[in-house]
Amino acid sequence: MSFDNGWGLSLTVFLPVLGALFVLATPKENEKAQKWWAVLFSGISFVLSVVIALRFDYGEGGFQFGTKLEWISAISSQYHIGIDGISLPLLVLSTFVTLLAVIYSWNHWPDPHNPKMFLALILLLATGMAGTFVAMDLILFFVFFEVVLLPMYFMIGIWGDRAEVRIPVLNVKTEMRLYAAIKFFLFTLFGSAFMLLGFLALYFRSGDQGAARTFDILELGARTHLFSGSFAFWVFAALFLGFAVKVPMFPFHTWLPDAHTAAPTVGSVLLAAIMLKLGTYAFVRISLPILPEQAKNWAPAIAVLAVIGIIYASLACLAQTDMKRLIAFSSVGHMGFVMLGIATLTDIGINAAIIGMVAHGVITGMLFFLAGSMSHRYHTREIARLGGNQKLMPIMGGIFGFTTMASLGLPGLAGFWGEFMSLLASFNPLEGLSLTLFRTLMVLGAIGTVLTAGYMLWMLQRVNFGEPGDEWIGHEFNDVDKFEMGAWAPLLVAIVAIGVYPPIIFGATNDSVTQLVTTVFGG
Amino acid sequence: MTLDYHALAPEIVLGLTVLAVLVVDLLRVEKYWGAVVALVGLFLSFIPILTLGFCESLEFCNDMGTRMLFGNGYVVDTFSLVLKGLFLGAAFICILLSVGYLESDRFWQGEFYFLMLASVFGAVIMASSRDLITLFVGLELVTAPTFLMAGWKKGDSRSNEAMLKFFIIGVLSAAVLLFGMSLVYGTTGEFVFTEIRSISDSIRGSEREALFTVGVLLTLFGFAFKVSAVPFHFWTPDTYEGAPIPVTAYLSVVSKTAGFVGLLTLCYLAFRDVEFIWGPALWLLAALSMTVGNLIALRQESVVRLLGYSSIAQGGFILAPFGAAVAIGVTDAQLGEAFFATVTYLLIYALMNLGAFAVLIAVVNQRRSVLVKDWAGLFNSSPAIACLLAIFFFALAGIPPLAGWFAKFVMFRAVLAAGGGWTVALAAIAVLNTVIALAYYARVVKTAFMDPAPDTLHLADPARSPNPPSLRLAMSLTAVGVIIFGIFPGVIAGAGELAKTLVWGF
Repeated sequence: MSFDNGWGLSLTVFLPVLGALFVLATPKENEKAQKWWAVLFSGISFVLSVVIALRFDYGEGGFQFGTKLEWISAISSQYHIGIDGISLPLLVLSTFVTLLAVIYSWNHWPDPHNPKMFLALILLLATGMAGTFVAMDLILFFVFFEVVLLPMYFMIGIWGDRAEVRIPVLNVKTEMRLYAAIKFFLFTLFGSAFMLLGFLALYFRSGDQGAARTFDILELGARTHLFSGSFAFWVFAALFLGFAVKVPMFPFHTWLPDAHTAAPTVGSVLLAAIMLKLGTYAFVRISLPILPEQAKNWAPAIAVLAVIGIIYASLACLAQTDMKRLIAFSSVGHMGFVMLGIATLTDIGINAAIIGMVAHGVITGMLFFLAGSMSHRYHTREIARLGGNQKLMPIMGGIFGFTTMASLGLPGLAGFWGEFMSLLASFNPLEGLSLTLFRTLMVLGAIGTVLTAGYMLWMLQRVNFGEPGDEWIGHEFNDVDKFEMGAWAPLLVAIVAIGVYPPIIFGATNDSVTQLVTTVFGG
Repeated sequence: MTLDYHALAPEIVLGLTVLAVLVVDLLRVEKYWGAVVALVGLFLSFIPILTLGFCESLEFCNDMGTRMLFGNGYVVDTFSLVLKGLFLGAAFICILLSVGYLESDRFWQGEFYFLMLASVFGAVIMASSRDLITLFVGLELVTAPTFLMAGWKKGDSRSNEAMLKFFIIGVLSAAVLLFGMSLVYGTTGEFVFTEIRSISDSIRGSEREALFTVGVLLTLFGFAFKVSAVPFHFWTPDTYEGAPIPVTAYLSVVSKTAGFVGLLTLCYLAFRDVEFIWGPALWLLAALSMTVGNLIALRQESVVRLLGYSSIAQGGFILAPFGAAVAIGVTDAQLGEAFFATVTYLLIYALMNLGAFAVLIAVVNQRRSVLVKDWAGLFNSSPAIACLLAIFFFALAGIPPLAGWFAKFVMFRAVLAAGGGWTVALAAIAVLNTVIALAYYARVVKTAFMDPAPDTLHLADPARSPNPPSLRLAMSLTAVGVIIFGIFPGVIAGAGELAKTLVWGF
């Protein structure tokens, strides 16, 4: 095993969790050392992922940097990892955002403090997220997919929002963080338990015709003929349930606004920027290549749900009074565009989905950073009480305006490509899918972009423009500090860079996507 | 006939240890020496298990493959060795849990270790027993000492209640079991499992079939009491709550696993060819146990009762692979998977449940309360114990990367392997129960990590009652195991694979 086949990728994935052990081994009082360990390990992990991206052979569509080792032989599951053009941008995104989250945390500690535990959880989360993007074995994928649950649960539950809420149905009062944490956990576990059943069903069916049963994603992708009929339908349904909860797609999205709103700033950033991508990535990596027939059958339903998500989220955004909650709902809409792109089953659509994921990662991550920093200063996220932010904090206001523009899909910034191309793809979906339906959806999606622009601009106007409210007069506000700038500047650069020169992403994805679409759907 | 002393070495060493503990109790030494002797004895009796297990690669070992003794009624195969290892290991942890607990109050100590070891001795015998009588004697040897242990808190009325309930139900279940066994013997004329199996085929269609069916079911129901499967579980919560906590840990792991050993050997050996009788019955018990156990656990205020119901529900998960036999035309390979899943689950369950009870004792040392609400703010007052609590409870819930996920995984795998509508239904029930279970495990963790400490809290002075080193050792061993086996479950799975010899035959 050398850097190019195994070590490089494994280190990228597991260095953060090693860092978590170092952080935990540091005495509680020595916060400085804890932070440095965290920066060091997440930094090396990021650098390694960049090295991998630089050494990646873009001319080739297949999997690289991978390895295959014995893991659990009793159930014929292997430690099989690797990346292709589809997972590469997401891997880099996850290490990138993790590093920025650690940097931002330097002097932004949500209550109740305890940096040691907080950093350890971020690092554990990082391993889970990066691992999901490189896993090539269903069981390995499942384990990584689930590893992210515990850290996020604790992050929301311990450091989350302490406002009181009334839980619907049960009609009891509790703190926001407690409600959001368990809701997030239960929803995801529910989905992923069915997903696991789906994986097992694939495994048992894969053994026909003399070949040994396997959990290997590539092997399963080569045996698609074994999965047909109602069996495949139900397996797709089980996988869909697992992935759709994670994305989240309408109507499984209800955990998201609560979790994002309640989570501490860094938690929201990681949740939005990376964790949501686990679901959409899984569709592209597992559902499409292994169950192509069912992907065609399900595509219209997925597309319809995606567009309902877009419209519904936009309307919900218009009704939000809480800035963070608004951004959270906007995520549902953006992920709707990603899913619409995937549902077209074309190379344009899937390319759109991946650039959409990356763009949403950097833009919405940035928005959550801003929302966190602003509520840190104003001690409120109530849009109605904010106002005149541009005057009180010019730099913060400027960045906020810029990011909002990126989020609504302004051409020239990152958010544009994903939305535009997935609409383009739905004009001309894979042969065999209903043209009428997809073109109608395209129109509805286009209306969605208008609504998105509407609520984003409205939020921008209410938060940034006008005169500051009376309650803020006489307050001193510190504008962006250096740690914030350190965490944000790379994101802002990425937003512009991807927007102006999208081949940064397409250069990696296009070959793999084309290969996927040609081999799987023949188109 | 010469006796194969190597095959019986674990039992012999353990038997001598049981006596040694009694002798040590008579000496004028500190009482905890009884525990030390017990621990050393358990460790020593573990050595022959290893030499027997790796006999092929050992020079001095006279490799005879599977060793059959006493007219094929007592068999030392890899299955029995794996289970004996489990019993000895679990007993080791249980004694570690007991030492500090018994020292903390005016308990009798020497007798306690004697009884616990005697009970373990019974469990070890059960792992090897392959005829009805040995099995029954082994089971009673497991059970009888535990009646006394459950009532060890003499002055406590709850402990007395626990003992009485346990005793009455225990005797009832023994009666049911014996009645069932006598019917099986009456209809087949055989005691030894392999003989029963070879005759059971000829009973089909004969006039003895109905009687035989009743016998099989009653025998299994006798064990269902032991593993506290719903609806035979009513003694469990009260006994668990009243008994001293180390005894509860012992009951929920060693005694319960002993019950499962009975079920495993009977179902997969004696009643192998009549799986259409026990398949549906155990399918039902599995579905009921996990659902009822989990739903009632949701409402528990006391962590001990919660763990009691949790162990009922876990019992349902362990039974679920048996339910796979409900599938029509289930093959030997599929039964092998089911067997493997149950054994693997038992191994992991022992580890994480003992860990959970160890943490329970540690928290009670600090908070002097078993109520969930009194555990609030534990993370702030003792972060290490709180983290261990999270590890074991989320392991029980089956969240990767903690070992519990693999147990759940092999269970699902075995159930789905059989195929067919009923098994898929069972898998779906198990999935829903996994989600329900998370709710109550997470509730305890939430209270410990996220709720503020109550104002009325007066922490036990840490200088006065630190957690004894034996308890810390128990927690470390189980925690390390739960994490390592969660990331590398191959080791546990390997043990489960070895145990399959029972199903594949000799």
